[in-house]
Amino acid sequence: MVWKTTDYTGWGRVHHATAELARPERARSLKAVVAGHSCPAIGNCRSYGDAALNDGGRAIDMTRMNRIIGFDADTGVVTVESGITIGDLAHVFAPRGWLPAVMPGTGFATVGGCIAQDVHGKNHHNAGSFGQHVLSVTLLNGDKRTVATPTRNAALFRATMGGIGQTGVIAEAKLQLKPCPGDVMMVTERRAEDWDAHIALLDGSQATYCVGWIDTTAKGDALGRGIIEEAELAAGLLPKAKPSKKIPMDAPGFALSAPIVRAFNNAYYRRVPTSGRSSVKRIDEFFFPLDKIHDWNRLYGKRGFYQFQNVVPLDQVGALKAMLELIAGAGLSSPLAVLKRMGPGRAGHMSFPMEGYTLAVDFPARETAVDLIAMLEDMTVDAGGRLYLAKDALASGPAIKAMYPDHGDWVKQVNKADPDHALETDMVRRLNLREAG
Amino acid sequence: MTKTKQNQCWIILGATSSMARAFAQAVADQGASVILAGRDMDDLKRSATDLSARGVTAEAVKFDARDIATFQPIIDRATRQDGVINAAVFVGSMPPQDEIDTNPSLIDGVVKDSHTGPAAFLTMLAPIIEDRGAGTVVGVCSVAGDRGRIGNYVYGSAKAGFATYLSGLRNRLTRAGGHVVTVKPGFVDTAMTWGIEGMFLVASPQKVAADILKAVEKQRNVIYTPFFWRYIMLIIRSIPEFIFKKMSI
Repeated sequence: MVWKTTDYTGWGRVHHATAELARPERARSLKAVVAGHSCPAIGNCRSYGDAALNDGGRAIDMTRMNRIIGFDADTGVVTVESGITIGDLAHVFAPRGWLPAVMPGTGFATVGGCIAQDVHGKNHHNAGSFGQHVLSVTLLNGDKRTVATPTRNAALFRATMGGIGQTGVIAEAKLQLKPCPGDVMMVTERRAEDWDAHIALLDGSQATYCVGWIDTTAKGDALGRGIIEEAELAAGLLPKAKPSKKIPMDAPGFALSAPIVRAFNNAYYRRVPTSGRSSVKRIDEFFFPLDKIHDWNRLYGKRGFYQFQNVVPLDQVGALKAMLELIAGAGLSSPLAVLKRMGPGRAGHMSFPMEGYTLAVDFPARETAVDLIAMLEDMTVDAGGRLYLAKDALASGPAIKAMYPDHGDWVKQVNKADPDHALETDMVRRLNLREAG
Repeated sequence: MTKTKQNQCWIILGATSSMARAFAQAVADQGASVILAGRDMDDLKRSATDLSARGVTAEAVKFDARDIATFQPIIDRATRQDGVINAAVFVGSMPPQDEIDTNPSLIDGVVKDSHTGPAAFLTMLAPIIEDRGAGTVVGVCSVAGDRGRIGNYVYGSAKAGFATYLSGLRNRLTRAGGHVVTVKPGFVDTAMTWGIEGMFLVASPQKVAADILKAVEKQRNVIYTPFFWRYIMLIIRSIPEFIFKKMSI
């Protein structure tokens, strides 16, 4: 009765899988499941492509393993079962002066998932990646239990950060939280009129949290226009939470058609006055703006969507502008597009970040989008940049291996940790990631 | 979150189940302290640590429905505390009916886990509720107790017995200022139902916990959760026996 045959998808809903899932609720049952049958662990499946999928195989749903199993209020060190979500941690600890040091764009991401993708947040330029704040992980492989830290089993630890779950089932993790003065954000929004202004504002920002929304429908002189959001944690009165909404069904295809997206983006851009504005927001509202709309991925209809996210080195900013021109010309994109300057921080061989600029854009799943993304992938390779495995659904194995120079070292570690290849996923097979390129 | 229930303590029997965990979290969110009682002490300690880290007073204690010696220490522990003592019973066991058919001695255990064990515990607790003139007992039964079916009638009969016990206990405690809520959940998304064929309209443990809490606050007597199970069971109960006996639902 432990295994349940389930159809599930990545967040982009393009890739599907049918797998037998176990969903343990206690450490004891998790241990028994892994000892009986090693297989990949999955969380809330917020990776867009096929990172969490294991079609025709088995997987362990970790979402019920979600407890805090240790907390030191003096040091802010918390130990958790890996199925706990970032949103839960922020909700519990922010009122008491602590916050996860790095938070991705959705509070539904589990700690296990954040480690497996070595995620980054709006403070990457100063805080680095999620894995840089992980003090230890407990991995299960068959009946073996291994604790890895940056100093003990260091190579295994490094292979686990951003290691897309290939080193073992991440059962527990110890995290260093960061002190926070209160549970509100002081947010300043400014318009950036074009690409150069956008880049200049990102380069000049001194803020702890900084991210740019980009209007990917703007062309010509307005190419690259957007809104820069800068924010600091603050103490103050908590604005009331807005009720969350649900998308009750798959939206029809025209919901995110070009004229609608153009009109929306125009209004969204003009909502911020030319002189900019500052406001107080709730932490969740700033970090997880889309979490208020449950199942927002259904807005793209039943065909789903792709998210393209790359990063290019600082001196390749021109190449990124050329990619944006291509995107704006194609008229395919959605309102969800983000531009951000990243710092060098990364914790593992297969971690995404590099110092440079990252661009993330959603495209409804169409043939033309596939072609466009293939072109963007080539341009990213030429620029010495890389694609993000948490988002990828389409890339080729050789391209990914070329983007990740430490891939060979990672392969050695994961093949040692999982010699039977029991933890392979659809993504690992698609990109042939367990073989050195 | 409003911390309005700070003088409340909840004893949660069978606290390792996901439904019990969700309920413990729900009462803790309101400021009540919790005593997590069950057999798997390692797991209970994890849950207690979790709740403590969330700012709640929580502790783990041993409770085995089949071992009455484990009852008194919990009662003693609760009475050392001032304020209102409440209890929520989530214990019960449901071995597959075919296993019971080949090994009828399993029936004793099912009845102890689902009925006589918790009933004995609540009988020991009742004088304290009467003494303090306040306190709520939540007893989780099952829609399976509303009518015996071929698939799980031993479990159903134990839960039916427990429901009748709760009805009597309600009769007793009401006159002393206490209250008893009988909860009949339909299909809930727990480890017990994971992978079982034919589940429909499955509710999350959080939804069930929220329903129970609402029933406690409104002093409801018998609730079905989610609510529509009241109507499903109304239909099932009203099928004449001469037809029902030939059905397999």
